[in-house]
Amino acid sequence: MPEVLRQPWPWYVAGPLIGLTVPLLLLLGNKQFGISANFRHICASCFPSGIPFFKYDYRKEIWNLVFVAGIILGGIISSTVLADPAPVVVHPKLTQELAGYGITDFRSQIPVQLYSWENLFSASGLIMLIGGGFLVGFGTRYAGGCTSGHTIMGISTLQWPSLVATCCFMIGGIMMANLILPIILKL
Amino acid sequence: MDNSATDTEFVVKATRTEQEPKSPGWRFYLRYLLAGVLFGIFLIKGEVVSWFRIQEMFRFQSFHMFGVIGSALVVGIVSVWLIRRFNIKTIDGDPITFTPKKFNKGQIYGGLIFGLGWGLTGACPGPLFAQVGMGFTVVLIVILSAIAGTWVYGKYRDRLPH
Repeated sequence: MPEVLRQPWPWYVAGPLIGLTVPLLLLLGNKQFGISANFRHICASCFPSGIPFFKYDYRKEIWNLVFVAGIILGGIISSTVLADPAPVVVHPKLTQELAGYGITDFRSQIPVQLYSWENLFSASGLIMLIGGGFLVGFGTRYAGGCTSGHTIMGISTLQWPSLVATCCFMIGGIMMANLILPIILKL
Repeated sequence: MDNSATDTEFVVKATRTEQEPKSPGWRFYLRYLLAGVLFGIFLIKGEVVSWFRIQEMFRFQSFHMFGVIGSALVVGIVSVWLIRRFNIKTIDGDPITFTPKKFNKGQIYGGLIFGLGWGLTGACPGPLFAQVGMGFTVVLIVILSAIAGTWVYGKYRDRLPH
């Protein structure tokens, strides 16, 4: 594979390509781009438990679960044929802050010291992986969408509620990263 | 939502293949699998799946993620405008429809809750699946937890302010 493809793509290449996913799904079959709805489809198909929110024809949404299977496959391709051996370049201030929590491994885009089975049962691991996942699933459904459904698809179709949701995503993230996460990573 | 595209395909395939009369068939879904593969590659090569880039974004230390989201939006807005302006149809010739989103307080409360989770895990739902493909199998636990979160929301939905 050419070196350009293996290196991280600049924002002005990756961003427009991500934006093209919106018309791609519309042209392929009038499908609305949105990932977090899949958590609901999984609940509806596997654990409906008589809850009205999970009583709908999830079979019509199988295309979206297939789309997600594609994302996993894309992950495999990106970390094999398109893999970049160089470590991630991180802002010096963040590098310094993370070093204070003992995070020094920048080999992958994801901190391997945090995202490992060994770390899952530490206090910070439990909060980040299990707690964080719960907040993502609960919050996206409460908000009616995530970064794809609201931020990309919603704003692309000029829905102002999606703009409100996106501002709230950012406020929540800024609060977490600057005020709460430093406490969790010190645990 | 208009699902006529799915329904038409459903009927056509059902009459054609006798083995799987109730399924639209793998051929119908292949296009979405390929679209997902492309989207997954864009997320990873664009470093959207990077916990470090998300932390930089929320600390205003890097323009990268703002550039990605901003340029994706410009392309998205222009494409949707073009589809509406020229009344472009799907590849099967079906009309393209848009469902308006209604405002409710959930977009504020839920949005803040998801934001907290995004800042913690450094990943929104799309990247979570991409990370599993990258070999971070522990992210399956994050996904299971997100499914649990969705289930709990569904269970207590009536008692939450909307």
